[in-house]
Amino acid sequence: MSQLVPLPVVVPLLGAALTLLLDRWPRVQRTVSVVALGANLVVALVLLTWAYRHGPVVTQVGGWPAPVGIVLVADQLAALMLVVSSAVTLCVLLYSIGQGRGETSESAPVSIYHPTYLVLTAGITNAFLAGDLFNLFVGFEILLAASFVLITLGGTEARIRTGSTYVVVGVLSSMIFLTAVGLVYAATGTLNLAQLASRLDALPPGVRLGLQLMLLLAFGVKAAVFPVSAWLPDSYPTAPAPVTAVFAGLLTKVGVYAIIRTETLLFPGGEVAGLLMVVAGLTMLVGVLGAVAQSDLKRLFSFTLVSHIGYMIFGVALSTTAALSGAIFYVVHHITIQTTLFLVAGLVEERAGSTDLRKLGGLARVAPLLAVLFFVPAMNLAGIPPFSGFLGKLGLLQAGVAVGGGLAWVLVVAGTVTSLLTLYAASRVWNIAFWRAPQLATDEPVIRLPSLMVGATAALVVLGLTLTVAAGPLFRVTADAAADLRERTPYVRAVLPGGTP
Amino acid sequence: MTRSGAGPTLVLVLAVGVFAATGVMLLLERSLTRILLGVILLGNGVNLLILLAGRSGEAPLVDGVDGGRMSDPLSQAMVLTAIVITFGLTAFLAAVAYRSWYLTGDDEVQDDLEDRQVVQLAARNEVANRDLGGEGPGDDPEQVDPGPARRRLRRATEQ
Repeated sequence: MSQLVPLPVVVPLLGAALTLLLDRWPRVQRTVSVVALGANLVVALVLLTWAYRHGPVVTQVGGWPAPVGIVLVADQLAALMLVVSSAVTLCVLLYSIGQGRGETSESAPVSIYHPTYLVLTAGITNAFLAGDLFNLFVGFEILLAASFVLITLGGTEARIRTGSTYVVVGVLSSMIFLTAVGLVYAATGTLNLAQLASRLDALPPGVRLGLQLMLLLAFGVKAAVFPVSAWLPDSYPTAPAPVTAVFAGLLTKVGVYAIIRTETLLFPGGEVAGLLMVVAGLTMLVGVLGAVAQSDLKRLFSFTLVSHIGYMIFGVALSTTAALSGAIFYVVHHITIQTTLFLVAGLVEERAGSTDLRKLGGLARVAPLLAVLFFVPAMNLAGIPPFSGFLGKLGLLQAGVAVGGGLAWVLVVAGTVTSLLTLYAASRVWNIAFWRAPQLATDEPVIRLPSLMVGATAALVVLGLTLTVAAGPLFRVTADAAADLRERTPYVRAVLPGGTP
Repeated sequence: MTRSGAGPTLVLVLAVGVFAATGVMLLLERSLTRILLGVILLGNGVNLLILLAGRSGEAPLVDGVDGGRMSDPLSQAMVLTAIVITFGLTAFLAAVAYRSWYLTGDDEVQDDLEDRQVVQLAARNEVANRDLGGEGPGDDPEQVDPGPARRRLRRATEQ
């Protein structure tokens, strides 16, 4: 089984190399990427079932044993993230292929799109599977470098303007992360996460807190947590729709995943729980207030993206099993829903010629299917029962109430207010773009949306609904993963079977 | 960190500080070229820091050097990786700066346009866009106006 673990990293990388060579044959190129990501999904599903039944799957890269060599670890959390990310990347890839085929699309597929997209996937999976801090850094760098290329794709003036902010912020956060890696190594003499778990416990509390804050800052920038989130809404909206969608769904969640991993495995004491709660509450409120003020669909969704990161941080801050379980469920839900909404924004742009709310109107009458595709995930995001957004928020708020205390209650209230304001922002989009008198940015005759684009979006909407229907079993998996995270021993024992050296 | 080998580490510590300080200073500028230089300096500072994290000493060769006096090879390997990554990112940033200069005539990072619009609206105390709870009955085509959509749209904008 452990031979399967490197595949989610290796297959996309090989696919990237192949597609780079095959850039003259677009049809073959597309087939290779779809096959590679499809294979990823299958491998991820196998890994998740195995990790759920038998515990973490570990592979030692190059055959070097654990504390010296590099390990890739697929425990339940990592495997679950792999499954969701593979499903989402596959759908977005199909969407972008559909967009490339459409007659009206202004962004014709560039031949480097497929290789870069596959490298991005490899970076994401590598970050999920990494068993030591430096490998996590390398995973981040792979996905960052690929995302730099994707966000400036085509090199138009708008994309360079917003892309330069994104690139500088990305580079800076990597520098902070790298500094933290160096300091952790200086303090403990190891970077293997399982070994760090015990060695960090032995450090003086001040040093430990310093290292923790440094890592949190680095991951916080990547996850777009409030004081360091301003880069996101400025840089995401100008990229091509599928690129924005996959960034919004996955890149911030890789940061959240890293926060969950470090806070549970490396620094489980909860010293910064208060700080994390304050930050989580501010992220929720500031993000959603930003969303209310926006008049562009993509920017509005970027702000809701920032806002809902707060829920996950809230779950991490509470750090009970129920809260972590809720946070993991919320990550899964939010990856799916946020990606769907950005894909819908892309469809709106394709159909109506703009995502500017001032120029939109009456889409519900003109394109009823599009309206349904928007309405379902938007209500899901706002947390209307019975959708998965409601279930995830309910789980987190219940965990908050169970913990009790003043700050937790403030956060519960903030979470409820954020949910209501999200509903307000979503219904505002619905009223303006879909419900009012028809008003389209383009005077051109009706454009038929490519069926592959609509199909891929519909598939993601269905995936979001499946999360609702299958919430019971999914909550069982996330609760199990959360229990493992809290316990720490399953992970450490799987990586270092001979005991910690 | 033990000081079994040669190498005055205080100089390195000072170098890390100077690199980081100048790097951050340049990062705060608006011109991409200066930011690029800042990234390079900061990157070098961080790389030196990682080198400092390992033990200094003699060359880490398996034969000939006593294990106790060897320098730490792992931090050197990490620095090598980090240098390659910083190099790649720097090259990309240089390309972005060039492209920005090519398109706009200078390489300054500009404010976001939408941000500015939102600020202006807030200064005039206006809402982002018309959202007065839907249209009156006269505006709703479903209820009143059976005319063709295009003409209705134009009339609405003329009013």
